[in-house]
Amino acid sequence: MLSRLKNNTKILLFSLLFLCILLFLVLDLIWGSVNIPIEKVFAILMGEDVKTSWNYIILNFRLPKAMTAILVGAGLSVTGLLMQTLFRNPLAGPYVLGISSGASLGVALMVMASVLLPGVFGLVYVSLGSWALVVAAIVGASVIFLIIGMASIRISDSVSLLIIGIMFGSITGAVVSILQFFSTPEQLQSFIVWTFGSLSGVTWIEMRVMAPIVLSGLVMAMLLIKSLDALLLGENYARGVGVSVNRIRVGVIICTALVAGTLTAFTGPVAFIGVAVPHIARSVFRTASHKVLLPAVILIGAVLMLCCDMISQLPGNQSTLPINSVTALFGGPVVIWVIIRSRNVKASFA
Amino acid sequence: METKKYFKDILTTKQLSIGYKESKGPDFCLLSDINLTIRRGELVCLLGPNGSGKSTLMRTIAGLQAPLSGYTLVEDIPIKERNFKEIARLLSIVLTERLSVGNLSVYHIVALGRHPYTSFMGRLSDKDTQIIKWALEQVGLTGFANKFINQLSDGERQRVMIAKALAQDTPLIMLDEPTAHLDLPNRVEIMRLLRRLAKETDKAILLSTHELDLALQAADRIWLMSKNQAVKVGVPEDLVLSGSIEATFENNTFNFDRKSGNFIMHYQKKAAIQVVGNDVMGFWTNRALSREGYQVTCEEVDDCKIILDEVNHSWKLVMNGNQKICTRMEDLILELRKCEMHRIINR
Repeated sequence: MLSRLKNNTKILLFSLLFLCILLFLVLDLIWGSVNIPIEKVFAILMGEDVKTSWNYIILNFRLPKAMTAILVGAGLSVTGLLMQTLFRNPLAGPYVLGISSGASLGVALMVMASVLLPGVFGLVYVSLGSWALVVAAIVGASVIFLIIGMASIRISDSVSLLIIGIMFGSITGAVVSILQFFSTPEQLQSFIVWTFGSLSGVTWIEMRVMAPIVLSGLVMAMLLIKSLDALLLGENYARGVGVSVNRIRVGVIICTALVAGTLTAFTGPVAFIGVAVPHIARSVFRTASHKVLLPAVILIGAVLMLCCDMISQLPGNQSTLPINSVTALFGGPVVIWVIIRSRNVKASFA
Repeated sequence: METKKYFKDILTTKQLSIGYKESKGPDFCLLSDINLTIRRGELVCLLGPNGSGKSTLMRTIAGLQAPLSGYTLVEDIPIKERNFKEIARLLSIVLTERLSVGNLSVYHIVALGRHPYTSFMGRLSDKDTQIIKWALEQVGLTGFANKFINQLSDGERQRVMIAKALAQDTPLIMLDEPTAHLDLPNRVEIMRLLRRLAKETDKAILLSTHELDLALQAADRIWLMSKNQAVKVGVPEDLVLSGSIEATFENNTFNFDRKSGNFIMHYQKKAAIQVVGNDVMGFWTNRALSREGYQVTCEEVDDCKIILDEVNHSWKLVMNGNQKICTRMEDLILELRKCEMHRIINR
């Protein structure tokens, strides 16, 4: 029978995970099609001017990419955990409320709707330049978020809310399909490339927008910890110990929309991480307590995304695999292994 | 002064109306003008048939549902719906529903009882940990602190939730059918525990239940609900003697026997049978015979009698001019059924 982990074991696991992040961060900076020796990488990070092209690759390409990986891993994992607790459903993830569907609808409209309304979207597309897709995704995600947010205030029942979220996903998916049907092959391709997801598209200027929003979302999640634990006992018990379940529900939804919406806007949808990491964390730390799980999913999510980023970067090859496929392809077996080994996913949601 | 404090009312409901607000049309009112009280250290059982509004009354008192009119006071503080944090310091609840989370430790769950008192991040002070330890001790689960909730039996789980309610340190504890999933020893154990807690901690405890016999034995007072009738309140014995319990649970398939405090099922009566002999063996023989559909009497019945032999633990059946000695009740019942068959064939 599995027993509770001792506090010392937990501290050891946390330090190990933290070391893993540092290790993988360094590896991720070294890893790539251009071979840069490790001592040169450190020199560049210290601010030395080693070689202009190397400096450019490390500082303007690999470093923001690694940081994006960490933010995506941490952010999506935390929002996945929040959704799983709120809906008490092991299949819930950051996208169940239709946030990514909203973003993809925005992007699809921006890329493909020039067929329907050539004037307006074409003009916007050209004037926004590289920000066009980001803005489209943010607008799309925000619209869905506003609708779900208003629904969450009116409907005080989490299951109904989950179903509404899934319905919105289907509706937006249908609209996207129709747009795809009427668009040109070139438009179709640029949309599909967006759905592959990419960590390398984030520049420092974009990072200045993305990082603060994601970090403030994580801080918000920390403030919810105490009440989330009470929510594990069920909504009635949570109310019984003084939790305003409606307020927590709205808080969790705002936090998720902010973090998942922003990340999706900048990197495209990254599947799987948000659903899988909370399960890995529960198995490793053998607890449902958010005080442990929240830092755990941040660390595990970041480590996993750094790994996935390296895998997507095939060495000796200029091309990168789509990150959205890599996360599922290499993360899926990990989760299956964890579940078969510990068999306690059911215990968390029985 | 002391006695006044002792008889203080913890819970008071004033002209409370319970029911559901309808978005269209008039409200659906289950019961109105409810005025009830619970004193310190009192264990009150809420009894009533299904659909009489027990759950609605419990939910309304607990502030989980708004009253249609009137209000509830706990220690003279009004319970307002939606102010959950304040309510959580006045009353704690234990529900029928089984927890759906597994890998939370017993200690962690009991610690959640301290939720209304802890700071923003939920850090436990020394006082909090002391109260949690005390609560676990009270329900006899001190050694279980580090176990996961899914490793416990249903009875132990219910005790964990009672410990959580104790840790919440409220003057009133409300339990919604706390013994619903439990076997008989655990049901008795939980009732004894609640009774002891009410006496020792001076808390007021209100529980809804369908366990009439347990409630009659353990409750200080009973609130008796029945559809569209005012709640009857009283000491169990008063309610039995006045016939209120009988009237509430009246039904044509069984009735409440005031003498034994039991429910007696009505069976179809086939024929009269005489039982000679009394005592324990006679009592259980009577039970078996009435289940088989016989009208048991002590009066002389011709050619249909059972004579008990308590010394040899056997029954002598005299029927249709034959005699038969049975050593087990099962044999006796089989014999009776055979005689019955003969009678039908011969007819």
